[in-house]
Amino acid sequence: MSTEFPLWEVFIRGQHGLAHRHVGSLHAPDAELALKSARDVYTRRNEGVSIWVVPSSAIAALDPSEAEQNFAPSESKIYRHPTFFDIPEDVGAM
Amino acid sequence: MYAQMVESGQAGTSDQDKAFQDKIDRNVRIEPRDWMPEGYRKTLIRQISQHAHSEIVGQLPEGNWITRAPSLQRKAILLAKVQDEAGHGLYLYCAAETLGVSRDELTEQLLSGKAKYSSIFNYPTLTWADVGMIGWLVDGAAIMNQVPLQRCSYGPYSRAMIRVCKEESFHQRQGFDIVRALVEGTEDQKAMAQDALNRWWWPAIMMFGPPDADSTHSEQSMKWGIKLNSNDELRQKFVDQTVPQAEWLGLTLPDPDLKWNEDRQSYDFGTPDWDEFFNVIKGNGICNRERLDARNKAWDDGAWFREGLMAHAEKTTKQNIAAE
Ligand SMILES: [Fe+2]
Ligand SMILES: [Fe+2]
Repeated sequence: MSTEFPLWEVFIRGQHGLAHRHVGSLHAPDAELALKSARDVYTRRNEGVSIWVVPSSAIAALDPSEAEQNFAPSESKIYRHPTFFDIPEDVGAM
Repeated sequence: MYAQMVESGQAGTSDQDKAFQDKIDRNVRIEPRDWMPEGYRKTLIRQISQHAHSEIVGQLPEGNWITRAPSLQRKAILLAKVQDEAGHGLYLYCAAETLGVSRDELTEQLLSGKAKYSSIFNYPTLTWADVGMIGWLVDGAAIMNQVPLQRCSYGPYSRAMIRVCKEESFHQRQGFDIVRALVEGTEDQKAMAQDALNRWWWPAIMMFGPPDADSTHSEQSMKWGIKLNSNDELRQKFVDQTVPQAEWLGLTLPDPDLKWNEDRQSYDFGTPDWDEFFNVIKGNGICNRERLDARNKAWDDGAWFREGLMAHAEKTTKQNIAAE
């Protein structure tokens, strides 16, 4: 009988105040052991203050071959950046 | 190195292949779901899994001394070092799995002897000084190879290497510190260090793989950005770095041809026994059988436990669903 454990993605909050960041993955039978293994594998040198684990199968992702269509629309909208607008210097800080 | 003589696949000639090569030439990382040539995928699976197997099997020679470390502190340090190597194996297996091979397949390839691991781990650790030599020389050689791999073209492999490199410096230093304590000890302790160096020097030199002239698989792998330096280049770098350290320790490297070359600003050194290297790679080294037996035993002895954990996980999932 094959007993390959499912794959989990590991996210770690490096310091208080920061967001969790993806650091890697691991195999574990359930969430509880995934968290324990994540602690042993990914935080041996104070790399984190909090851990999330998510079954890899639960992650949905955009197709990388469609990246162009997906991200192109924002390229032409440069007015979304504050530097698009010319504010005279004597107006002061804005 | 940890991946030696990795057989390299072929590049294709289609437009897709050309676009792929162009991406690599522009230093754009390849990610798991991006299109890639079959040859690239297969070569990487071989290379990364061989690297992972080396980390895992590499725990055995040092593990041999954990219970007999000369002090509680040395024991704690060695335990932490060996635990790191287990972690390295896990990062690398996960990187290989992003290429579409399963962990069970990878494990099976190691246990059956189908997959290779580094020649270096088929040598025995006869004395405590050997543990020092492994850290100083073997991890030292591994660093030479792994630092450039942080820039390799495959994203997950490169990220795994970045994590690994952060941890390796500790490995080399703890090894050097063991050797240093011995050479600063009694005459017998110094002799023990010299004896260990005599046995580990050439195997460490051979870790970098065959000379470039005989290295048939390098060219395509270099083009693909998954091998960044030639075997001889890294070997020379390793020798140049290590000779002054040996001198500092007051130890003699077992190579009568070793001498400084003023023109090249590098050390000239002798030729290792390549017959020995190929023999070890073929499975006939001193410890090949023992290493594979140990891995097989660990896998077989753990089967009931893995099955139990899965059964428990399935049961609790069912109960949770029923409760909802
Ligand atoms: Fe390692
Ligand atoms: Fe190491």
